[in-house]
Order: sequence, then structure tokens, then C-alpha cells
Amino acid sequence: MNTTHVPGTRSNRQVFLFALSTCGWCRRTREFLEANGVEYTYIYVDLLKGDERKEALDEMRKWTPRQAFPTIIVGEEVLVGLDEDKLRGALGL
Amino acid sequence: MSESLPTPEQIDALYKRLDEEAEAGGYHLNPDREMTRRLVEGLLANQARYGYQACPCRLADGDKEADLDIICPCDYRDPDLDEHGACYCSLYVSEAIVKGEHKVRPVPERRPDDPAQRRQALKPVQAEPGAGVPVWRCRVCGYLCARDNPPGVCPICKAKRERFEQMRLTVVLSA
Ligand code: SF4
Repeated sequence: MNTTHVPGTRSNRQVFLFALSTCGWCRRTREFLEANGVEYTYIYVDLLKGDERKEALDEMRKWTPRQAFPTIIVGEEVLVGLDEDKLRGALGL
Repeated sequence: MSESLPTPEQIDALYKRLDEEAEAGGYHLNPDREMTRRLVEGLLANQARYGYQACPCRLADGDKEADLDIICPCDYRDPDLDEHGACYCSLYVSEAIVKGEHKVRPVPERRPDDPAQRRQALKPVQAEPGAGVPVWRCRVCGYLCARDNPPGVCPICKAKRERFEQMRLTVVLSA
């Protein structure tokens, strides 16, 4: 998958973000992660086409049945939508 | 995918237009201007990408027919405003949120995953008593609308929701 890695000082948990480039909450999620120095990887699903998009959605479906953005995977935990308190909890911040 | 980004002037112009239209119709844009500006930017990006303003927080298919229910304002805005005080993206919010009485919380996705279920309301339904969509009448100006709940504010005369009465009449929609 065509993912982008963002380095950070906090890398004790693997963080992956399924996002849309046009979505305000996805942007805010990225800012939240970056403000907290969290190392993470993201993919903008709306910028993918055809098989690439299908591959990303198939991967996302392994984690959550609903297709909603942002979907944030922290370790084994799946968070749908940006709820800063829950995200903080999942990240151990 | 190469894309031309919307210019700040284009974003400002659409922001202003949507704001005026919202206020004229009894709706409100999110007072969090940074968020709203990004969503407006997303609408313009989708306009350039798909030819229509698909919801910025949902994955559009690119086929207009398949995306009709999520062209902004989407089919789900008003039920979400009723239930959560904000549309799914939080571009539109309730008066209580504008006044700062409530905060915007994440809105769960109500759009069915199954495309066949998305425009269910447009399928013929049995014309039995109680079936169909209720009709609401503004007691102030007589404006009629057929939807699950009356609007927060009458789009014609701006009377508040409590001035609406349900008529003994239901509308049966057919495709
Ligand atoms: S959720 Fe809000 S921004 Fe998205 S299409 Fe519906 S009304 Fe527009």
C-alpha cells in the first residue's frame, strides 16, 4: 500500500491511520498525533484508484466493518472518528 | 492523482455563500472557522475531482448516481443535526452548538454501507395508516414539509420548531 510514514519521538505503539485528504477530522487527527510527537503511518484512501483503493479498503475491513474516516489503529485497538480523550487513552498519553 | 488545490479566494467565496445560504434557511455553519474552512476546501477539492461537491468526510465513488446521497448537503444532514447536533462532518451544527451550550462530538456514520439501502426512502411503501413520511405545517406561515421531524427553524418565516404541527396526512414516496 502507498502509505506515508511520519517519524516521531513516541513510538512505543504502532499507529496507523486510514484517512481522506479532504476530511477536516482526519487533518485534525494528524495534527493531534504530530503535536504529541507520535510516530505513525497514514494513507489517504480517496487519493487511491482502482485496485489500490480496493486493497486499502480490504485492509481496513480487517479492522472494522464500517467504512468511516478517520479510522485509527493503535496497536490492536481500533478507533473510528477522532475522540481525543479515547485516542489519548489508547496512546497512553 | 494530480490535483489543483483550491485557492484561498475560492475557499472564502464558497464559505461566504454557504454561510449566507445556511443562515437564510435556518441552518448554521460550524463556528470553528478553521474546521469549517477545511471542510469547504474539501468540498472544492471534490468539486474539482468529481464534478460535484461530494461530502469531504466520506469516500466518494466518483459515479454521481452512486454518490447522490452524499452530495453536500447530504441526505443525512438533518437527521444527524436532530440527533447529534451536527452533520457527519460538522460543517453544519445546531444552534445549541453555535451558542456554545454543547460541544461537537464525533457523529457515527448513518449512511448504510450497502448501496441498495441508501435510497430506501424512495422505494414505494405500503399506503397503510401510519406508513410513509409525516407532513409538518408551520402554523405561522403555512409552509409544509414531509420529513421525519420538523426543521429546527421554518426556512420561510424563521418560526421555531415548536411552532410546527403534524398534519393528519402522510406522504407516500414512490421511486
Ligand atoms: S455530512 Fe455535512 S459536510 Fe458532509 S455532505 Fe453531509 S452536510 Fe455536507
